[in-house]
Amino acid sequence: MTNGIIRQNFVIPADDFTAAGEASSSVKKMLIQLGVDPQKVKKTAISMYEAEINAVIHANGGIASVEIDRNKIFIRIEDHGPGIPDVELAMKEGYTTAPDAIREMGFGAGMGLPNMKRYADLLEIKTEVGKGTTVEITVYLS
Amino acid sequence: MKVSEFAEKLNLEILTEGNGSSKDIKGMYICDLLSWAMSHAQKGDAWVTVHTHVNIIAVAVMADISCIVIPEGIEVEEATLKKAAQEGIAVLGTKKTAYEIACEAGKLL
Repeated sequence: MTNGIIRQNFVIPADDFTAAGEASSSVKKMLIQLGVDPQKVKKTAISMYEAEINAVIHANGGIASVEIDRNKIFIRIEDHGPGIPDVELAMKEGYTTAPDAIREMGFGAGMGLPNMKRYADLLEIKTEVGKGTTVEITVYLS
Repeated sequence: MKVSEFAEKLNLEILTEGNGSSKDIKGMYICDLLSWAMSHAQKGDAWVTVHTHVNIIAVAVMADISCIVIPEGIEVEEATLKKAAQEGIAVLGTKKTAYEIACEAGKLL
């Protein structure tokens, strides 16, 4: 990889499960093309996909911005949804606020945030009830 | 073992017209919680799930799944098959249960 920074933004459409995962999928392909270690590609892909799906399920979509440099992959997923009242509770495996229809699709098992924490090297969640949530995922390359 | 060979030996119907059927199957994973499957399935696994909506393809792509097997004759949505073809993920269908599929796969893989 060169010394440059690659930046790309993606719109995560609202309530569109057909398109959910497009951004993560594009980033995954980009990382493979850049020759990033497969394990790091997987960490990035899974954590970003979880964040992307959360934005679709809970927040009418959002914006994903991705920055890749030689040291790290940085992903910010920003939404203007309802926010998370209790982040500590939301981080607990099995805790979910997803509606039944979403759970019937196999989502909403309360694993999204725990998976992000598991696969990201650094996870930051900034949230305000009624305003929205920003999730920042960092995966280190070196 | 290639997806096409696996499908032939287990008598599974390839619903995606050959797309992705040259991939190698290394193991099998059975789970219907998408986050769990994505997190725990291993690269190259054939994934058995009862879900048929389009997001299973994204999950398979994220987790480097070799192919998806839909058990018990469940019909798969056209949009899912279209997406699968785009992403090069084979979707296989069968009337067998997940247990029957796993028993047979266990002898082959």
